[in-house]
Amino acid sequence: MRARRIEETIFKGLMLASLVLVLIMLAGIIVITVYKGAPALTLSMLVETPKGGYYLGKEGGIANAIVGSLLLALGASFCSILIAIPVAFGLQKEYTSWRYAGFTKLVLDVLWGTPSIVYGAFGFVVMVYFGLRASLLGGIIVLTLLMLPIMVRSMEEIIRTIPLELKEISYAMGTTKIETTLAVVLRQALPGIVTAVLLAFGRGIGDAASILFTAGYTDFIPRSIFDPVASLPLAVFFQIGTPIPEVQERAYASALVLLLIVLCVSLISRILSHRFSKNIVR
Amino acid sequence: MDLRKFKDTFSTLSIRLSLVFVNTLAFVIAIILYIKAKPILVKVSLSHLLFSTSWHPIRGDFGFFPFIIGTLGVTAIAMILAVPVCLLSAIYLSEYAHKRFRAFVRLVVDILAGIPSVIYGLCGVIAIVPLVRFLGQAIGSPTTGYSLLAGGIILAIMVAPVIISVALEVFRTIPQAARENSLALGITTWEMIKHVILRSSLHGIIAAIVLGFARAFGETIAVLMVVGNVAKIPDSFFAPAYPLPALIANNYGEMMSIPLYDSALMFSALLLMLVVGGFSLAAHIILLRIERRGYA
Amino acid sequence: MPHISLKNLSIAYGHHRVLQDVTVNIPDKQITVIIGPSGCGKTTLLKSLNRLLDLNEDVKVTGDVLIDGVNTYDGNADILALRKKMGFLSQRPYPLPMSIYENIAFGPKVHRMSKDRIVQQINDLEGRMVQVPSKKNGQMDILVESYLRLAGLWEEVKDRLHTPASRLSIGQQQRLALARALAVEPEAILADEPTSALDPLSAQLIEKQFKFLKKNYTIVVVTHILRQARRIADYVIFLYLGELVEHGPAEKVFDNPSDERTRAYVSGEIS
Repeated sequence: MRARRIEETIFKGLMLASLVLVLIMLAGIIVITVYKGAPALTLSMLVETPKGGYYLGKEGGIANAIVGSLLLALGASFCSILIAIPVAFGLQKEYTSWRYAGFTKLVLDVLWGTPSIVYGAFGFVVMVYFGLRASLLGGIIVLTLLMLPIMVRSMEEIIRTIPLELKEISYAMGTTKIETTLAVVLRQALPGIVTAVLLAFGRGIGDAASILFTAGYTDFIPRSIFDPVASLPLAVFFQIGTPIPEVQERAYASALVLLLIVLCVSLISRILSHRFSKNIVR
Repeated sequence: MDLRKFKDTFSTLSIRLSLVFVNTLAFVIAIILYIKAKPILVKVSLSHLLFSTSWHPIRGDFGFFPFIIGTLGVTAIAMILAVPVCLLSAIYLSEYAHKRFRAFVRLVVDILAGIPSVIYGLCGVIAIVPLVRFLGQAIGSPTTGYSLLAGGIILAIMVAPVIISVALEVFRTIPQAARENSLALGITTWEMIKHVILRSSLHGIIAAIVLGFARAFGETIAVLMVVGNVAKIPDSFFAPAYPLPALIANNYGEMMSIPLYDSALMFSALLLMLVVGGFSLAAHIILLRIERRGYA
Repeated sequence: MPHISLKNLSIAYGHHRVLQDVTVNIPDKQITVIIGPSGCGKTTLLKSLNRLLDLNEDVKVTGDVLIDGVNTYDGNADILALRKKMGFLSQRPYPLPMSIYENIAFGPKVHRMSKDRIVQQINDLEGRMVQVPSKKNGQMDILVESYLRLAGLWEEVKDRLHTPASRLSIGQQQRLALARALAVEPEAILADEPTSALDPLSAQLIEKQFKFLKKNYTIVVVTHILRQARRIADYVIFLYLGELVEHGPAEKVFDNPSDERTRAYVSGEIS
């Protein structure tokens, strides 16, 4: 009995140590980003675009990257929603056989797992074929590909949990598929859909590999969707690569801004999904 | 009345089309990558591409072996570091921790899973690279710090949220009755975990590991920032390496100017898509089964 | 010609036969109760009447379900119109994910009920000419009120019509479901063990409501509670393992059953 107890104590200790290690590592990411980024983050960083000699440590800010990232992520979220919602609805059994729905889900799993660099490469090839330069449009298209499977999968997970009886009741009143879907399924799944959209938004705004050569980089705020556009992840990536300390500082500040945006989105999604859940039937 | 039916027919049609679109999309991506990769596949044998160590794009010599080793190397280090620690943490959270603490950690893990990889990469440059440099000097193998090991460590941190949250979910699907029935025999909680929890969630644990593996295998920016990017088979943990995703990312720009270079890079993109897509597919099929059966 | 009549109806899920060769006429403006042990096909029979079975996969239906003389399993049948005719109460009262008010207004809105129709419906309900405001919303307000009164729920919810329906107690939710079903102007009400999730008092309210409503509606209730069947039934259908064993007026089936299995079931020997 004593040996058994000792074994349990040892393993429990190991588990606790592991958990503490993991939490320290993960907390470390946030602490380092804030610690390094906060001193470098000034108002002019947020509101100015790069000026002459910026990349040698002179005047300017990362407003181009902040605006660019928001444009990219908002545009891609919008496009993804337009596709993801019908797909998520379509996976219900009113619209398709379970065989085809199952197949589609597997395809979505493959797309979900596909590394963002692959989307970037694919997008680049397609853009070269059509003679499109690296631009806001290119970035949005590639980010849409990246975000679509994330959105659909988490929407579908919510829609699947809606009890069949609830839909039965609506159908029993003589409603069509789309009426039931919009009035019952959409409302019931709304918190989940909001969460799904914001989750995908967070992934999209933080992704660097896919937009590396499809969105380009520029010191200016784009005036049309065919202009290249800067982005925060790439601002971090490019600026940390220079040997000049002042520019590296800006990488830290850019990272902090990006982190804050992502954390805010995550927070907002929790608040919104709580707010939208008042009508939900459990 | 007719309008209602028209709307229904129309929406049904567009919804079904959207499904077709998504399915087509996946195949279009794979096929286009394949078409672009074809020139090099025609010219060079697959085994040469995969196992030759000679990488000289200008001479038209494309041996991917160093990159494949680089990718496998960082991924393997990441898994070796992350898997035991994450599984032990998940078991603790599932079986010993208080409900509220579990919910808290879950929240933290969820949030951290969403942090952009470039931020992980930045922290790697700030903290892990100097640490590895120090370690290397301490054990007598001088290094810049930008190395296989640094890439592996940063990946280990990145995949931790994935493995923990999937494993935790799997453990929680085991019905409470299974725990009660075995504890009623007078065994310790740890024995119950060993004999009941771990055994019945074996498939789920594999799925969690595979998902973590897939995430690590395709990760680009964070690894690229700390791994050194030297196209040579690394001879120690402290030597620089050059994983496949980093190769693509670093050479997008010039690939159009060297013959067959673009084809070679698209081949590696296709390889990544197939390997990672295949692995995450496998993991999801396992998880789907578990969900259907209640627990595995 | 009764409203609802079944002819040689057989239903199978895949290879599993659930109902075999059921032929029965359901009398108008009475409460018909379907009884039988669990798993004998009661719910399947009920859901075949408004084709809710279509939502399940792999269902095979042979035979006829005639509603007002139209075979509902005919390919050209208008399922939406059919379902509008048949109000439905489920085992657990799922409120739709909206406010109490919207739950009632949902049906009339979906079916684009015209102003005149709404006004007429209100007058029919109240049995007198009601002063109806000309605003569209005003009419809907009165309609909602009338149906909530009809289901015996108005007094309890009149101050919180715009709060989520999910906050009602489960007994109130079932009466809301009744009001919601009535608001689409059905001719019949199908109820699938409508009291099984309710406390005794709420269950009593629902039964009372059924007895009150049978003046105007054909009501079909599935139940496995024999005493409930005795309390409310005018006509009884007894199913056993997918087979229609006996049907007839309640007194006859309960007091003088002609089949041995019916006798055993109503006397409580088998359940």
